[in-house]
Amino acid sequence: MSAGRNARDTIDRAVRESYGRLIAYLAVRWRDVAAAEDALADAVVAALESWPRAGVPDKPEAWLLTAARRRLIDGARRASLQQQTLPALLAMTDRMEREGGAADVAFPDERLQMLFLCAHPDIDPAMRTPLMLNAVLGIDAARIASAFIVKPATMGQRLTRVKAKIREDRIQFELPDAEALPQRIDAVLEAIYAAYGSGWDDLAGVDPRRKGLTEEAISLGRLLVRFMPEEPEAQGLLAFMLHGEARREARRSETGSYVPLLEQEVSRWSVLHIEEAERCLNRAAQAGRIGRFQLEAAIQSVHAQRARTGRVEWEAIGLLYEGLVRLAPTIGSLVGRAAAVAEARGAETGLRLLEAIPSSAVEGYQPYWALRAHLLVRMRRREEARAAYRLAIGLCSDPAVRAYLYRQSAFLNRWNE
Amino acid sequence: MHYTLLFFESPEEFAQRKDPSQQEAYLAGWTHYVHALRESGVVVSGSGLYPPETATALRRRGGETLVQDGPVTETKEQLGGVFVIDVPDLDAALTWAARSPVSAVEVRENLAPLK
Repeated sequence: MSAGRNARDTIDRAVRESYGRLIAYLAVRWRDVAAAEDALADAVVAALESWPRAGVPDKPEAWLLTAARRRLIDGARRASLQQQTLPALLAMTDRMEREGGAADVAFPDERLQMLFLCAHPDIDPAMRTPLMLNAVLGIDAARIASAFIVKPATMGQRLTRVKAKIREDRIQFELPDAEALPQRIDAVLEAIYAAYGSGWDDLAGVDPRRKGLTEEAISLGRLLVRFMPEEPEAQGLLAFMLHGEARREARRSETGSYVPLLEQEVSRWSVLHIEEAERCLNRAAQAGRIGRFQLEAAIQSVHAQRARTGRVEWEAIGLLYEGLVRLAPTIGSLVGRAAAVAEARGAETGLRLLEAIPSSAVEGYQPYWALRAHLLVRMRRREEARAAYRLAIGLCSDPAVRAYLYRQSAFLNRWNE
Repeated sequence: MHYTLLFFESPEEFAQRKDPSQQEAYLAGWTHYVHALRESGVVVSGSGLYPPETATALRRRGGETLVQDGPVTETKEQLGGVFVIDVPDLDAALTWAARSPVSAVEVRENLAPLK
């Protein structure tokens, strides 16, 4: 009984800690993510049978890797009547044996190739983030589905389909050449950023659709930085996410109410996260090449300075948003700029920027309506503010934020004209 | 594509409808949500429902019809409203479901109308 539990604990730990590395190692050599996952799953089953009897091996990861590899070769042999490529696959596994060495745990870490594979131009941009979370971190389709508000069965099918495409279209696992690299790095950063979610701590509103996976996004960011410490945008993205993470506790009051950024108690911010974020940003600055994610991080860094100075330098934030809008005119950065300019130069100026955004882009974008309501209140345009609050509340999917906006809108009724 | 959003409410949520201290916030949650739905042009039809204790259930057993006070199933969460929306796909329907003010929503695709 206890041998069984011991074996199971060891397997759980090995898979939890090494899942991404094991899958990456197998997938990169076999050029098939789905087959690598199936083989590792079978290896885990085999381990559950064998380890309680034979004892837990010294190097559990190496054992799992060898078992998974064997399973891949067997599968290829069985399919060999149709498979003209078996000799090539076997040659590859021979190389695997030499490189890996059956008992050697120090197998190479191929997760960078996996990150780039997941963000490959032939893969639907909407599936890059789910694929990364699933294939690199081992997060199951059901959890990814909840974070993206998609039916779990649908997410499962989409992941299966994208993995089949990788196999059938023989999508390149190799890292891109120097010419294609910058564009491909952007795609990787974009996918990690999408896992983190964006702007959900802004002054006015939140875009909470993907806020459930912030820790996972940070792990992906750390992974990328470990492989590419000289890439300023990777450092910038990590800094941005760490600044957001620093405020996690402060975003909710003791009773669970939503606390907007400007009302957060700075004593509840995590100093460790802020310091780490600042180190990343300094490292990024050494490259002397500014980019979208460094600007995003710099904006958060200015907010973080409130912990020392007690005030927010809105002019600086406005300037940073100006740069951001030039590099990445997303709906989030346009709304963010309007919020910053409203603080720096008055609600009228902010509202003018807000109203310059095409209405088709803002229709269902909740933060737009929340900021609009906030600015109209400051301008004492009561009826328009009320209309904006109705949409900001109606489009909100976070109960705590909805309650906050409702309390704000209720103040309107207490005004004397 | 037509999808039906079935809004389920807990006993506490149904109680908020009548509690003077919570009524206003409860109703505001609904009116703002329904307003956003209508404003976006996706609503085909829909309505909130009176609470389950006002329901009347009919059951047929062996050729006999039994009429009962209360809902068909005595589950903790009960139907509190129904909306049919016209959106491109299930992802879009789920996005709308996520914005609703109630604690549980079921989303189903509507069958094509019978000929």
